[in-house]
Amino acid sequence: MSTTAVGKPMDRVDGRLKVTGAARYAAEHDYPNLAHAVLVTSTISKGTIAEVVTAAAVKARGVAAVVTHKNAPKMKVPEPFGGEKPSAGSTTAPVLNTDQVFWFGQPVAIVIAETLEQARHAAQLVRVTYQEQPANLTLDSAGKVTTPKKIMTEATTVEIGHAERALKAATLKVDAVYETPQFNHNAIELHATVAAWDGGKLTVHDTAQFVFGVQADLATRFGLKPADVRALAPLVGGGFGGKGVAWPSTYLAPLAAKVVGRPVKLVLARDQIYGCVGGRPPIRQRVAVAADKDGKLTALIQAGRSATGTTNQFVEQFTFPARHLYACPNIYLTQETIALDTCPPTFMRAPGECPGTFALESALDELSYQLKIDPVRLRQINEPDKDPTTGAPFSNRKYQEALALGAEKFGWNRRTPEPRSMADGRMLVGLGMATATYPVYRMPGSARVAVSADGTAVVQSGCHEMGMGTATAQTQIAADLLGLPVEKVRFELGDTNLPFAMVAGGSSQTISVAAAVSAAVAELKGVVLKLATAGPLEGLKPAAVAVRDGGLYRTDDPASGESFASILQRAGRKSAEAKAEVMPGAEMQKWSMHSYGAQFCEVRVDPDFGTVRVVRFVGAFDVGRVMNAKTARSQFLGGITMGLGMALLEETHRDGRTGRIVNADLAEYMVPVHADVPAIEAYWVGDPDPHTPMGAHGIGEIGITGVAAAVANAVYHATGRRVRRVPITPERLLAAPRDG
Amino acid sequence: MTPFDYVRADGPDAAVKQVVARPTAAFLGGGTGLIDLMKLYAERHDLLVDVSRLPMDKVEATEKGVRIGANVRNSDLAYHAAIRTRFPVLSEALLSGASPQLRNMATVGGNLMQRTRCPYFRDGHSACNKRVPKSGCAALDGVNRGHAVLGTSDHCIATHPSDLCVALAILDATVRTTGPKGERTIPFADFHRLPGDTPDRETALDHGELITAVDLPALPWATRSHYLKVRDRASYEFALTSAAVALEIADGVIKQARIALGGVGTKPWRAAEAEKALVGKKPTPEAFAAAGDAALAGAVPRQHNAFKIPLAKRTVARALAAAAAMPG
Repeated sequence: MSTTAVGKPMDRVDGRLKVTGAARYAAEHDYPNLAHAVLVTSTISKGTIAEVVTAAAVKARGVAAVVTHKNAPKMKVPEPFGGEKPSAGSTTAPVLNTDQVFWFGQPVAIVIAETLEQARHAAQLVRVTYQEQPANLTLDSAGKVTTPKKIMTEATTVEIGHAERALKAATLKVDAVYETPQFNHNAIELHATVAAWDGGKLTVHDTAQFVFGVQADLATRFGLKPADVRALAPLVGGGFGGKGVAWPSTYLAPLAAKVVGRPVKLVLARDQIYGCVGGRPPIRQRVAVAADKDGKLTALIQAGRSATGTTNQFVEQFTFPARHLYACPNIYLTQETIALDTCPPTFMRAPGECPGTFALESALDELSYQLKIDPVRLRQINEPDKDPTTGAPFSNRKYQEALALGAEKFGWNRRTPEPRSMADGRMLVGLGMATATYPVYRMPGSARVAVSADGTAVVQSGCHEMGMGTATAQTQIAADLLGLPVEKVRFELGDTNLPFAMVAGGSSQTISVAAAVSAAVAELKGVVLKLATAGPLEGLKPAAVAVRDGGLYRTDDPASGESFASILQRAGRKSAEAKAEVMPGAEMQKWSMHSYGAQFCEVRVDPDFGTVRVVRFVGAFDVGRVMNAKTARSQFLGGITMGLGMALLEETHRDGRTGRIVNADLAEYMVPVHADVPAIEAYWVGDPDPHTPMGAHGIGEIGITGVAAAVANAVYHATGRRVRRVPITPERLLAAPRDG
Repeated sequence: MTPFDYVRADGPDAAVKQVVARPTAAFLGGGTGLIDLMKLYAERHDLLVDVSRLPMDKVEATEKGVRIGANVRNSDLAYHAAIRTRFPVLSEALLSGASPQLRNMATVGGNLMQRTRCPYFRDGHSACNKRVPKSGCAALDGVNRGHAVLGTSDHCIATHPSDLCVALAILDATVRTTGPKGERTIPFADFHRLPGDTPDRETALDHGELITAVDLPALPWATRSHYLKVRDRASYEFALTSAAVALEIADGVIKQARIALGGVGTKPWRAAEAEKALVGKKPTPEAFAAAGDAALAGAVPRQHNAFKIPLAKRTVARALAAAAAMPG
């Protein structure tokens, strides 16, 4: 394969559609006789529904139906996500089929009306009373504490050597507790589902990162064959993990449609997304690190507690980065969960690696001051020659190259080591850095490739575009695999009528789909070869030809061959197609496969007000071969921006008395605005990983990892104040004790 | 939102009559606050009388002062030459608020009527004496990081969110109205009420009384005035603390001072004692710090907002220092 298109900063294939408003998102789908549904949600965190008074709502103008647990058709609760079969189960709560309330914001009624306004108004008229029970809402509450049997496929606890003993023996060490609050995703596109029944068949346009999961979920709930459910999500307006599984709105829209016998549109209000879509759970972690005087780590401990729900068992894998980053003879890593009466948490961009690197990389920074060793140098000293906990060889670790690249681009050498040593007038200036990391995950994938007699190709896989540029990158990949110009290739996605794809999650989609497309192209070779009953390819076996330049060419005589179009035209065929399903290989067991990066940050801090402004940010990444330089850069910029929000602004505030989230809107839950985001620079090493499809790694999540630590470390360098809980608000910074 | 009627007023008198006739009617200006609150069920009105097209949209600058029509948009006022040169504090306050899009819609009259960001008021559901009299105050022992430390009561600690009003508070502004009892003027200091035990009554206006203009008297030394806003986010965010200040300095001595605070008060907070403390003093960091202390003398913190007290003191001191450094 010649990489003509791959790697180029190609414009998005759907860019024009998006910026002109022509792109159709889930909530923009319409049907004749469509009705609008609005949810009524619980105003307690735990208890039972005593009474739902719907009389006024039922009588309100335009109302078609009010559905409560008293009259809702029964649905079967599917298996939660992560089991043996594909599932998008978000929670085991039998929402609307129970009088039990499991969290504040749980849907307790649906109002369906002719217009959205009528439905909203009538929803306000529904009166619900409860028998309330005490709820567990914080990490320190009486919720059930569990040590998970496994975290994903890995052991919960990793113990190498004697970490506590080594820590005790050390004189140069840090032993501190770091906290991250609940965060919520806040994709600009609200969660929305348009559901239409046609007899026993169901079509949903959903804001989904996993259409096949939605299909499976709805088939189970409504007792249908999966083939009778079609889920579509060709364009999603941001997901970040919040649309990875089917939250209640996804199945309540079809439920409402079933009740009223009409197509139904259900769009959550922003506060309802906080209420009935999980966020990133609050986490408290202890990190202890010790080193000898030369900076070599002698002990590494990371242990802590993350919240989960009472109706799912989500575990945020915050100890995962420490398993692979640094050489250390004594490592102890473990984590536990506490079950809270809150909307159960879910994946949010780099679950685990994001909060995990905040704690680990903050602690390493603290250690660097004890050692009086430059933070970059400390990370050079502790470079492992094999995976520190599994012992596996690295597939293609280029962390040191990324570290050096970032340090050079950032100008790290201008940093003076002492805290508070780089003031600019009144303002304190600080430079900080942290390591970024994210695993290489690959999932099952399948694809169909069709070439036509007119010289074009269509490539299909039921994967997802949420803004990352999926169709663009896959078009480039398919174009190179087929040897066609990108203009001749169209990529179709986001539909369960297309070949199966997994969730757009774990930064796995690009290589999982690319592997399937590659296999489908290989299959296609045989299909087309059979049609070449005359000409230079006549009678050849597939092994004797290669796909190149939009056709098939003899491997023993590269000048001899024929284009797909020519073969098809002669055979009198309009097109030929092939499909392939690919499972991930054993590479992840054989190799330690991760992406790495180094995040560099410069802050200016007002010492009187405690306000922190990030004025410069550089991220340098080792992510294998980059498929599209433009969309890749956007992914890194987006991840880093989201990390800046985590570091300085974002926090879901919950009223401890009721469980109500009090800042459930974009004015009060602060995400960075343009004025908060400096010019961000993103660089990459670009060395292809020999053990991944296309030599690529996924890049959607690594950008956020390490950012919060880089900011916190820069803030410490500026002020001499260590803040171990994000966001670093003025009051937290001014209250932190000052060194130096 | 609750279903409502909408009418476009032909003139101020007609608008007043239309609102007076319906107990839950309201005037609609730029709509940047009211419509949100209606969607949240924090406000319910059965009639909106749109006054945004009434000809009250002029800024008239004379030697005696400036008359600002109630319908003047925030962005137009902020960039008006007379405001920028004669009252820089007002221009700065306006431009520190909201976003360009919102400033293009929001009106001066509406800004005077801006309501609190208290989440328990806005959620349309929690106990809130402001929204439902005698229902209690969920903010007192709730999440109250954003709440007021000055002018609070046992019934309400909601912060007045306006930036513009903090600047108006130091400029001897007068609010001109027309209402069921005819026209009148209200000194700005009397326009907003303290919550006391009736936090639902936020202003001196009667039902159906319409703001027509805001008058600013000539204040030659207001050329040395400044608005400073401290907030979590660099833009598009309400103040944690803010200060509007003006100084008259002659022969190296402060002759007159004006100080008002935002983000910390239940109304735009004029700090008269702090002003008095500066008169006759040299413009030094010590004097400005003392003024900051005096301005927050009566502050009462709750669980999450105690940090605002030292922050507000520093905000006042920094704003005064910046004003002192301006050309007089």
